[in-house]
Amino acid sequence: MSNNDAFIILTGVSKHFGPVVAVDDINLTISGGEFFSLLGPSGCGKTTLLRMLAGFESPTSGEIFIDDAPMSEVPPYQRPTNMVFQNYAIFPHLNVRANIGYGLRYDKLSKAELDRRIDESLEMVKLPGFGTRRSEELSGGQRQRVALARALVKRPKVLLLDEPLGALDKKLREEMQLELRALQESVGITFIFVTHDQEEALTLSDRVAVMARGKALQVASPQQLYNCPVSIEVADFIGQMNFIDARVIEVEGERAVLEARGLGRVRAVASADFVRQGAQVVVAVRPEKLSLSYESSSDGRCSVQGEMKTAAYLGDRSHIYVTVDGCEKPLSVAAQEVESSSGQPIERGSEVWISWADESLVLLPVA
Amino acid sequence: MGDAQGGGANRMREVSYIERSNRPLHVYALMYLAFLYIPVLFLPLFSFNDAVYAAFPLKGFTTKWYEQMLASEPMFAALTNSIKVGATTALLATVLGIFGAKAVTRYRMPGKQPVVFVIMLPLVIPGIILGVALLILVTRLGINLSLYTVTLGHILISVPFAMATLIPRFEGFDKSMEEASADLGANAWSTFWRVTLPMVFPGVLASYLLCFTISFDEFIMAFFLAGTDPTLPIFIWGQLRFPLLLPRVLALGACILAVSFVLVFIAQWLARPGAIRSLDSRP
Amino acid sequence: MNIHRVNQATPGASLGIASVTSWRGKLRAVFLRSEAIRGYTLLSPTLVVMMFGMCAPFAIMVAVSFWTQHAFDFDTTFTLGRYQDVIDKPIYMALMLRSLAISGACTVVTVLLAYPMAYYVAFHVHRHKLIWIILMTLPFWTSYLLRVFAWKVILGFNGVINSGLKGLGLIEQPLEFLLYSPTAVVITLAHAWAAFAILPIYVSLEKIDRSLLEAATDLGDGPVKRFLGVTLPLSLPGIIAATLLIFIPTVGDYVTPALVGGPSGIMLANNIQAQFGKVNDWPMGAALAMAMMITVAVISVVYIWVTRKAAGRIV
Repeated sequence: MSNNDAFIILTGVSKHFGPVVAVDDINLTISGGEFFSLLGPSGCGKTTLLRMLAGFESPTSGEIFIDDAPMSEVPPYQRPTNMVFQNYAIFPHLNVRANIGYGLRYDKLSKAELDRRIDESLEMVKLPGFGTRRSEELSGGQRQRVALARALVKRPKVLLLDEPLGALDKKLREEMQLELRALQESVGITFIFVTHDQEEALTLSDRVAVMARGKALQVASPQQLYNCPVSIEVADFIGQMNFIDARVIEVEGERAVLEARGLGRVRAVASADFVRQGAQVVVAVRPEKLSLSYESSSDGRCSVQGEMKTAAYLGDRSHIYVTVDGCEKPLSVAAQEVESSSGQPIERGSEVWISWADESLVLLPVA
Repeated sequence: MGDAQGGGANRMREVSYIERSNRPLHVYALMYLAFLYIPVLFLPLFSFNDAVYAAFPLKGFTTKWYEQMLASEPMFAALTNSIKVGATTALLATVLGIFGAKAVTRYRMPGKQPVVFVIMLPLVIPGIILGVALLILVTRLGINLSLYTVTLGHILISVPFAMATLIPRFEGFDKSMEEASADLGANAWSTFWRVTLPMVFPGVLASYLLCFTISFDEFIMAFFLAGTDPTLPIFIWGQLRFPLLLPRVLALGACILAVSFVLVFIAQWLARPGAIRSLDSRP
Repeated sequence: MNIHRVNQATPGASLGIASVTSWRGKLRAVFLRSEAIRGYTLLSPTLVVMMFGMCAPFAIMVAVSFWTQHAFDFDTTFTLGRYQDVIDKPIYMALMLRSLAISGACTVVTVLLAYPMAYYVAFHVHRHKLIWIILMTLPFWTSYLLRVFAWKVILGFNGVINSGLKGLGLIEQPLEFLLYSPTAVVITLAHAWAAFAILPIYVSLEKIDRSLLEAATDLGDGPVKRFLGVTLPLSLPGIIAATLLIFIPTVGDYVTPALVGGPSGIMLANNIQAQFGKVNDWPMGAALAMAMMITVAVISVVYIWVTRKAAGRIV
């Protein structure tokens, strides 16, 4: 492949349905062999974008290139893409073998070769011996596997997946996530994966595009998305975050000093050029980057006093909500147990200190 | 503005690949509609033509066939008979249809499939067979042929249509509404009157109008089961033998077509999917 | 049903008011407990009317078909003579075959004409779908007699087509084959039964999940292959239903042959009607009706069986 780093290119792709703008000027470059996710709430345009890649919708403007070839004049049945549909779209009048072999009718294979390819793909999705079943005899997870096998047996250059795990229960979903990732690594082709589940997107992907209102808000690796979101919207969609209004007092190279509501004077990394002296910004911090104690911090970390209000038990951790004078909303602090770092249980209404490291504060533009 | 200028190409791009327009098919559909309607529309056309024979070229506009038709006593007698039979048939078939539709949609019953099959059977039994079988039965029982026997026959062929119209209505609204009513203390009867019936009412009305139309237009069974009192289709059948009366039949046919079209259109509109929702949103 | 019987047996075995009330209580409990019994109770008026309305006439018709007509009365001695006539007299066999041939042709023509229409509305009409459906089915609800009559006006010797063509100078003499021929019957029936073909086919097409069509496209099917590979097999139930809904009633039609069929278009039903009319041989008519029903039933069953088999073969 000559152009592996820019295997799929979208330039200015928009899609209008009458007055509704479903996809708004998307520019993306996806490399060969990448596991790329489109993440966003329903109606954000992610499925429309995927369907444009498959050819089921044509862009109102812009162009999609796959492997250097422009796609706008290529009908879906001639594209080097195959799709796993949200409801799997298993043909009900055909058995599993016939479903998988459906797309191979055009490859002029000998009977033996055809059988071998089908057996191989059944093996690959761990369904050997299911060939003669019909779709109504399969469980949700099995249908999903058949859909995968049917698409992959065509050996596409790009596999498109439209929320393929959405219909499965939580446990099965987690199992399939691992399998899907392993499958992608073994076949080595580009996967483009649509989901509204941020956890799923972070677990699976090499890179994620967070979408809202037809736009791509941020395209980045899961780590970058989590640690350095570019806007409140992205930060809010990926995990949980505390937001505090602040004003920039001064900027010194990479360092900024801010006056944050309730927190007082804080220091943070001046990440972008909207952090100017006198500018209003938002300080964002993850709950797990905050820690609780009964005493003010002594190791040079910033801290602020507040009152423990309530705690939400989440199994592997708890979120403790602490009201701080001047802060609009209680701050959420993640803790292993509902206890301070010194090991004493924290009771409702007790006075506590919240502390953090300067690097854990992220500065975001005001929405 | 750009959109408006883009015209067809843009509109084509709005629908997905599968639903892209197909011009030959569109033309075919319009031709098919023409095939369905044009033959029927010749009746009103020639009913205003000032000639005894229904043939081109048209001779001129006249309403005299309508005047002659309206002056015909036997026609009015037949019309009255048809309305009586139609109204009774529609009422009874719809009531039976409500019982049937509610039972079929609301209860798990073993053997439901074959039972529904039996009720729907008249849909596929040739009218002549049902007609002669009923004829034999009523004469063997010593019952005189009359409008009552016609009504009986018409009920048999109308119930399947009533059921077919009502079942989607019953399926279309949430069983939990009835359960909520029962939960709030209403007994079965008052739940039916105060919740179920208002919810399915568009369907009930649609069923009534459809059954009325079926009965009003039905000829084959009426032909065997009517005694000395003819229904309107039998009256028309009798008139067809006399070429000179043809224009009058055309006029009458045009009127019947118009009434049938209006009734059925209303019925179909009432029975449309989503009719319940519009009832819901009514303040 | 079993529970029912047990409960009916109880009052006979025990006397006294207490047990009677408890019997009523038990019955009430069974009634409230069993959804099936409540369901059938509610269904019973409809079911009774329909069962009686269908079974009684058919039973008596079967009986009459084994009798003999004597002037205005019946000789009720059992005889297979009428059925013998159905088989032996060539006229009946000829009429039967012609009826089957005409309805078969009419069924094929109607379904072929209706399929693209149903396809169009299912896949290419996006707005005002309901209006299209109503438009397609509206003529069906209007008087059958009048629709057939309209075709007589159109196809007639001095009808719309002949007078129109003559007026345009395209023909000298009226085209006689138009009216009073099996062709006229087929055309008229294809028009009259259109809705019975369109509706089931439309419903089965509408039910097809669009993503199945997209999946076929995604796997390499162009429009034609997609139609043959997915759309057509999945709409087969609609086609089968349409075929039966048209074939069965049209075999028994006599209005259309009587009005536009002419001598060569006369069908078996016209003869049955005559047996109950001017010929006045009711047992013969009943036997013919029975023969027609049995033939149609056998053909339908075989047809369903064959199409199911064929559908299974596609896999």
